[in-house]
Amino acid sequence: MTSERRADAVSGAFREGRAGRGANGEASATVSRLVVVGHGPTASRLVETLTGRGFGGTITVLGEEPRPAYDRVALTSYLAGKSAEDLTYPVPEGVTLRLGARVTGIDREAKVVTTADGHAEPYDVLVLATGSSPFVPPVPGRDLDGCFVYRTIDDLDAIREASQDAVSGVVIGGGLLGLEAADALRGLGLATHVVEMGGWLMPRQVDEGGGAVLRGHIESLGLNVHTGAGVKEIVAGPDGRVNGLVKPDGETIETQVVVFSAGVRPRDELARAGGLDVGERGGIVVDDGMRTSDPAIYAVGECALHEGMVYGLVGPCFTMAEVAADRILGGEAAFAPVDMSTKLKLLGVEVAQFGAMDGALDVTFMDPVTGVYQKLFVSDDARTLLGGICVGDAAPYNTLKPFVGRELPGSPSELLFTGGPSNMDLPDDAQVCSCNNVTKGRICSAIADEGLTDVAGIKSCTRAGTACGSCVPMLKQILIKSGVEVSKALCEHFAYSRAELFDIVRVRGITTFSQLIAEHGTGRGCDVCKPTVASILASLGNGHILDGEQAALQDTNDHFLANIQRNGTYSVVPRIPGGEITPDKLIVIGEVARDFGLYTKITGGQRIDLFGARVEQLPLIWKRLVDAGFESGHAYGKALRTVKSCVGSTWCRYGVQDSVGLAIALELRYRGLRSPHKLKSAVSGCARECAEARGKDFGIIATEQGWNLYVGGNGGFTPRHADLFASDLSTDELIRVIDRFLMFYIRTADRLQRTSVWLENQGLDYVKEVVLEDSLGICAELEAQMERHVAGYADEWRAVLEDPERLRRFVSFVNAPGTPDPSISFEPERDQVKPVLIPLETVRLEPARS
Amino acid sequence: MTVLSEDLRASREGAGWTRICAYTDLLPERGVCALVDGHQIAVFRTFDGALYAVGNRDPFSGAFVLSRGIVGSRGDEPTVSSPMHKQVFSLVSGECLDDPAVALPTYGIRVAGDAVEVNVL
Repeated sequence: MTSERRADAVSGAFREGRAGRGANGEASATVSRLVVVGHGPTASRLVETLTGRGFGGTITVLGEEPRPAYDRVALTSYLAGKSAEDLTYPVPEGVTLRLGARVTGIDREAKVVTTADGHAEPYDVLVLATGSSPFVPPVPGRDLDGCFVYRTIDDLDAIREASQDAVSGVVIGGGLLGLEAADALRGLGLATHVVEMGGWLMPRQVDEGGGAVLRGHIESLGLNVHTGAGVKEIVAGPDGRVNGLVKPDGETIETQVVVFSAGVRPRDELARAGGLDVGERGGIVVDDGMRTSDPAIYAVGECALHEGMVYGLVGPCFTMAEVAADRILGGEAAFAPVDMSTKLKLLGVEVAQFGAMDGALDVTFMDPVTGVYQKLFVSDDARTLLGGICVGDAAPYNTLKPFVGRELPGSPSELLFTGGPSNMDLPDDAQVCSCNNVTKGRICSAIADEGLTDVAGIKSCTRAGTACGSCVPMLKQILIKSGVEVSKALCEHFAYSRAELFDIVRVRGITTFSQLIAEHGTGRGCDVCKPTVASILASLGNGHILDGEQAALQDTNDHFLANIQRNGTYSVVPRIPGGEITPDKLIVIGEVARDFGLYTKITGGQRIDLFGARVEQLPLIWKRLVDAGFESGHAYGKALRTVKSCVGSTWCRYGVQDSVGLAIALELRYRGLRSPHKLKSAVSGCARECAEARGKDFGIIATEQGWNLYVGGNGGFTPRHADLFASDLSTDELIRVIDRFLMFYIRTADRLQRTSVWLENQGLDYVKEVVLEDSLGICAELEAQMERHVAGYADEWRAVLEDPERLRRFVSFVNAPGTPDPSISFEPERDQVKPVLIPLETVRLEPARS
Repeated sequence: MTVLSEDLRASREGAGWTRICAYTDLLPERGVCALVDGHQIAVFRTFDGALYAVGNRDPFSGAFVLSRGIVGSRGDEPTVSSPMHKQVFSLVSGECLDDPAVALPTYGIRVAGDAVEVNVL
């Protein structure tokens, strides 16, 4: 199967303009047809570098796998729930990518490669990026059903399937990849064994002492480690599938899944058949410019053999790709033997190794209680650092690695005990990011020359910190040391923080974004400041959020009063205060979902989310909901979401207060309140806390005497339990305290800052003083502001339905208002619909910014 | 691809122009989407009255949503940010300012009388 995809979404005119411009003004050599065999991370980096530098010819990539290049380093995260798309590298436009195209021959005379399905691809320059294949030792039974390798997404899919009816699994190989595979098996719920031939785990990265500490960590996670152990044979059960692994000592480990992870071998068979020079133990021989014995053919990545070395780490492979790209463009870059330092976190344990693994003297720090092992190798005068090993805590890797081959800034034992040099004065040529080979000097000059003020800037300018990310803490330190004052400016348009802007708007009575930016900002705003100002204006009560100029400030969720989903449709959440709903209203929601073909899901906030609505359906859906007495649930806004409740004293034999009644009262009081981030709340009717109130921005727990108020809790990325703010309040006192607390938060928090972070920054005691003791004398004002909000509340959706001007915006196409978006379609899953995703030519790992 | 009403050169070229809406249908600093010959075109009117037309498809998510992004500026460049994952694109060149390897197609746009027309050729 060969599927061809052109990563080419732009118009012809633009593509020509781009090629003609030659990004950095670089002239590319006269290569017109470049063919790349293999599409893994290295090939992806090569193609990205070439297109980024304005390569003038055509690029055709022939990939063996049925999918484009993906991040193999993050492979295990695929089993943990990431999708193949999440891991996929973007493919630059203009590149022709043929997938499922296994190259079977090179005709160097005719300069043509042929694929298994008979396709012939002529080239002027050929790059072999064929990678490596897992080495499977010649053990009897290795071909049985149930034996796997761990390299591709297809391998992982097969392992996942086999694990469904398996109880236990064995990984053969206790190296870096083997432990990663073991982590994956454990994640799939198997009783997991690791069998390592060597005397200890990860023999290439750590010494025996480190291996022992590592083993302790891994066994404490419930994994079984067998070191110094080979495999005699793998045996099958009556169904012909694996059911055991026999060790040379006769012991049998019962297992249904065996994963080989005993090292890799370069894929050089194509080069070998084509008559190129290959190494004795495999690998395509290349020179410093990554050129093979045929000057028209390059080899990069794990298949290349440079000065007798094959490199399996992503850092050196990326460097090879960049060197080859430079040569193809007529440059003279050279590949030099590189640092093989590694730092990783496996099964929650940090393991790192840098520099040499032996030396005249060594100093070891070991803490068996916490399972930390750190060893430094130094010269015979104990002054020059040669290398180090860390298990359990890899802090010395970051702080000491740049000193390899240099004089240490202190005695080795002191450095280990204090966790590294405190005042780090790295030399300029010290390598900070080893993945992308960026020195401290390069980073410092980028900071100075480009005026960088944050890590994101350093990343985009120098690429440092963009691969494994382990140097990011150092980037921060370098930034601080270069005297950069970290800006609190909201964005390039406003030099103020959100809290300062709030005061400006409030004190000066500003009611439009245009006035604010003209008087206090520059430019025309962006997706950061516009929604922020929209939220400030809404918090201060400036009418409907879609009125006048405000409409243009809202992000798409607020603009369509619904939540955008991945296929461009929206979801609808009617408010269900306190999670209490009548059967009639439930039936209405069910009928609306059925009539519009929506997917329904009960949310964590005790309401119902209806997915898959197109923009032109939103008013029709809401007409039905509003007629039945529903209101907007503000699920789309940075606003109060829900006040969840347990069933409370009305029904529950343990309840001491009416939690449902209070939850409904609070939700109706604060509905529609716009804030720096979403606000969630809950009320529990007794100390058993069934409503999980301590995970909310403001949570209330009933006591015999009244209510306890907790603030600053949330789930999300960094979960935090709420802190007790006031005890045994009457209902009136409680509401007054919450009014003040919320308004003080809305006035002073940063953009997208939840109450948890805000509370930690302000300090719990300080917020108590302001809110409970009125230390700033603003409580009357805060309460009045909340009263204005409560009095001014109106349902946003009802207001839209009553206004033909606002309704007119709810169309997919301005020139065809009745036409639904043809790109949206659905397929069935578990008796409901799910979106059919539009195939991607380019994909992204992470959002560009939050 | 800025074409103001006084740009007569483009209008003389004639072919390929399709009326999509009245100029007054467009809100300042906001986009709409037009469907022309199967192309989804995101059309924007900025604060100064200028018009821009780029592809509606967000190349990062694959969804046809860019007309619903927030309009703004980066430096002097008028921009739209994807409502999906916030990547920012130039309205002039279509180029993604956060990832120069990615770009949107751009289309001709002009005002003829009180109508807005786009050109997908």
